[in-house]
Amino acid sequence: MSTNFIIKKGLDIKLIGEAEKTIVDLNAEKFAIKPPNFIGCFPKVMVKEGDSVKVGTPLYFDKYRDNIIFTSPVSGKVDAIKRGAKRRLLEIIIDSDGKDEAIDFGVSKINELKRDYVIDKLLKSGVWPLIRQRPYSVVANPEETPKAIFVAAYDTSPLSPDYDLIVHGQGEAFQAGLDILTKLTEGKVHLNVDANRTTSKVFLNSKNVQINTFSGPHPSGNVSVHISKVDPINKGDIIWYLYPQDVLTIGKLFLEGRFNSTRVVALAGSEVKNPKYFKTYIGASISNMVKDNVSEYDNRYISGNVLTGEKIEKDGFVGFYDSVVTVIPEGNYHEFFGWLAPGFGKFSFSKTFTSWLTPNKKYRLDTNLHGGERAYVMTGKFEKVFPFDIYPLQLIKAVLVEDIDQMENLGIYEIDHEDFALCEVIDTSKTEIQSIIRKGLDLMRIEMS
Amino acid sequence: MKALRKFIDKQKPHFEKGGKFQKLHSAFDAVETLFYVPDKVTTTGSHIRDAIDMKRTMIIVFISLIPALLFGMWNIGYQHFLSVGEAPDHWTMFVYGFLKVLPIILVTYGVGLGLEIIFAQIRNHEVNEGFFVSGLLIPMIVPPETPLWQVAIAVAFAVIFGKEVFGGSGMNIVNPALTARAFLFFAYPSDMSGEKVWIAEMADTYSGATPLGDALVGNFDNLPTTFELFMGTIPGSIGETSTLMILIGAVILLATGIGNWRIMLSVFAGGYIMGLLFNLWGLNDYMLMDPVNHLLLGGFAFGAVFMATDPVTAAQTNKGMYIYGFLVGVIAILIRVFNPAYPEGVMLSILLMNVFAPLIDHYVIESNIKKRLKRMKAVITN
Repeated sequence: MSTNFIIKKGLDIKLIGEAEKTIVDLNAEKFAIKPPNFIGCFPKVMVKEGDSVKVGTPLYFDKYRDNIIFTSPVSGKVDAIKRGAKRRLLEIIIDSDGKDEAIDFGVSKINELKRDYVIDKLLKSGVWPLIRQRPYSVVANPEETPKAIFVAAYDTSPLSPDYDLIVHGQGEAFQAGLDILTKLTEGKVHLNVDANRTTSKVFLNSKNVQINTFSGPHPSGNVSVHISKVDPINKGDIIWYLYPQDVLTIGKLFLEGRFNSTRVVALAGSEVKNPKYFKTYIGASISNMVKDNVSEYDNRYISGNVLTGEKIEKDGFVGFYDSVVTVIPEGNYHEFFGWLAPGFGKFSFSKTFTSWLTPNKKYRLDTNLHGGERAYVMTGKFEKVFPFDIYPLQLIKAVLVEDIDQMENLGIYEIDHEDFALCEVIDTSKTEIQSIIRKGLDLMRIEMS
Repeated sequence: MKALRKFIDKQKPHFEKGGKFQKLHSAFDAVETLFYVPDKVTTTGSHIRDAIDMKRTMIIVFISLIPALLFGMWNIGYQHFLSVGEAPDHWTMFVYGFLKVLPIILVTYGVGLGLEIIFAQIRNHEVNEGFFVSGLLIPMIVPPETPLWQVAIAVAFAVIFGKEVFGGSGMNIVNPALTARAFLFFAYPSDMSGEKVWIAEMADTYSGATPLGDALVGNFDNLPTTFELFMGTIPGSIGETSTLMILIGAVILLATGIGNWRIMLSVFAGGYIMGLLFNLWGLNDYMLMDPVNHLLLGGFAFGAVFMATDPVTAAQTNKGMYIYGFLVGVIAILIRVFNPAYPEGVMLSILLMNVFAPLIDHYVIESNIKKRLKRMKAVITN
């Protein structure tokens, strides 16, 4: 059974530097798990610097949900435990020994498994944190049963990785992962594909799931968009969601009996000389990816895409959930009368620059804000890139005044901060909308728990 | 241009915290960002941003006002020389009008920007570009013979009580430019209406009534032709007379997406439909006037294109915009035809609807909330 949903509102930002469709081995030496990647988790460290670890050795657990543990993606030695202000745990860095020794969690016959056993195995192996929950985008709670599980098989953000390429030839593991997921919910598992982009048989021939087809500009690939069209979230509802590589890891846990943290990561962006895909493990250092492979400008390295990714150093690590690393130039320059000039070649969603005459042009965009922060003045703009039945500006204002009832009324459970990324990009007032929405979501999570 | 950048960078420390001119920080910042887009980069959220900012937005509105302003200057000269019975060349007429209008513009910007900078400094904000446009709108909606001291007081009133008491640009309830106009209208009525104020240095024997003034007292024979009304060769406030020039501005606003077509369209629709209804009613000559003339007379077109569309004070939801705009049009014509004290109703109708816009939005949003609750109930009952 399949339904086609057409998303009209949105914006595809076309950037230079899309990754070429070849996969090479990365050979990274260091790997890291970054606790700030997991919203609402309070890490309790279980290892010391210098400890030997195998793949699947617990590194830390969540203080408030102590059955959720985070394990090492590679075998080797704990190199450093980095803390920031107020001793906040930032990174646990593992020096890989390249041997890939793994803890054996046992192979199982998927058909015969019970839900409790599945959950227990996912938790013990450290695979569980790959499953996240809406609302709030936190690691799923194993004590709850979601009304449905959503898997997004494609990504519409700028310079996004091609999941068709990544899952190529791994149909068995993917199907095994989906079969495991069907045991976790009483409702359906939804596999959402793109009407034009998704051609991989791995996705299209999947069984025991409902395949939904979407088409349209970004954010049509966002999980919130899929949920809003297929099975909207009401107050109190819980939905779990994952991405294709997470499903592969879950499948392999049961097929191979080990935490297989293999990740294919795309390296993209205008400043990359040879943008391509790298095969590595979760949390790889990007040093070897970008060495001799980027321009000599002052660059920004982003784990994730340019809309929602995290700023990292040039020897930083890929985030737990990320499948792309983007490198773009920094924009720390003054521009003479930039607001007055005709602005040939400048990117703008508005028609106040000449760029709307060349809709297919690909841009080399930098990180300049292009203006100063102001109060909200313009109206009716966010709605054009926001394909939800929600009033974006009103919701933002409800969050700013911390009006919990109004946030709930206006539909905060149905969205995530990433859904506001395009609003933030086109905002004339240059406000930090994603941070605002994130704060609202965190506030609701604390109030409702 | 490097020399300028160097000069600014050299002066900057004096204006920052601890510098000797730190109290002028906002003024310095306003000048610096006028010349240079800041070098600030993104820190959280999206790493890339649209090239548009508030300055770009406001300069587009500014440009869209220019045709009406230039025509207004020419028209002041034209009306003046017509009243004294001379017919010099167009250039002389324009220069005459230019010299009449320039002091009003300078006084408006001087008083307004000065206050804006003071408030930005107190609040530790950057100077908002909103007054960039308000400062040009105010001169365009006053009669050419408005005394400068009255302009200054009205601008100060509008900036302080129309905007800053609410928290500055983006927070205000009513349109600041119209607040200034309303202040003048109610504080100095004798200087703001009647037959003497619309033509600069008019010959005493000449009748200087605006077409709206004529209409109000029933002088329909004096009414200009529809073509004259459209072109704008009639007495009136400085920038409001030429519907053609205003429409050119509207095209600029709509093509760039800065102006809101929903509001513009619905204001005109509201005015036209109200005019038609009056035609059907037909109690007196005013009611029988062609509805098209209603749209061309007085400040209707100017209000619809430049005033009602102010995004801060208009309705902010797409559905709300239609309702808001339509009611602006309806009430403007209603006041015109029924109220014996005010020849023009556009200013009052927009100010009134500014006040009601949040209420309209409230009900639009309430319907969205109800839809969400209904969806939840449907799930529970199943």
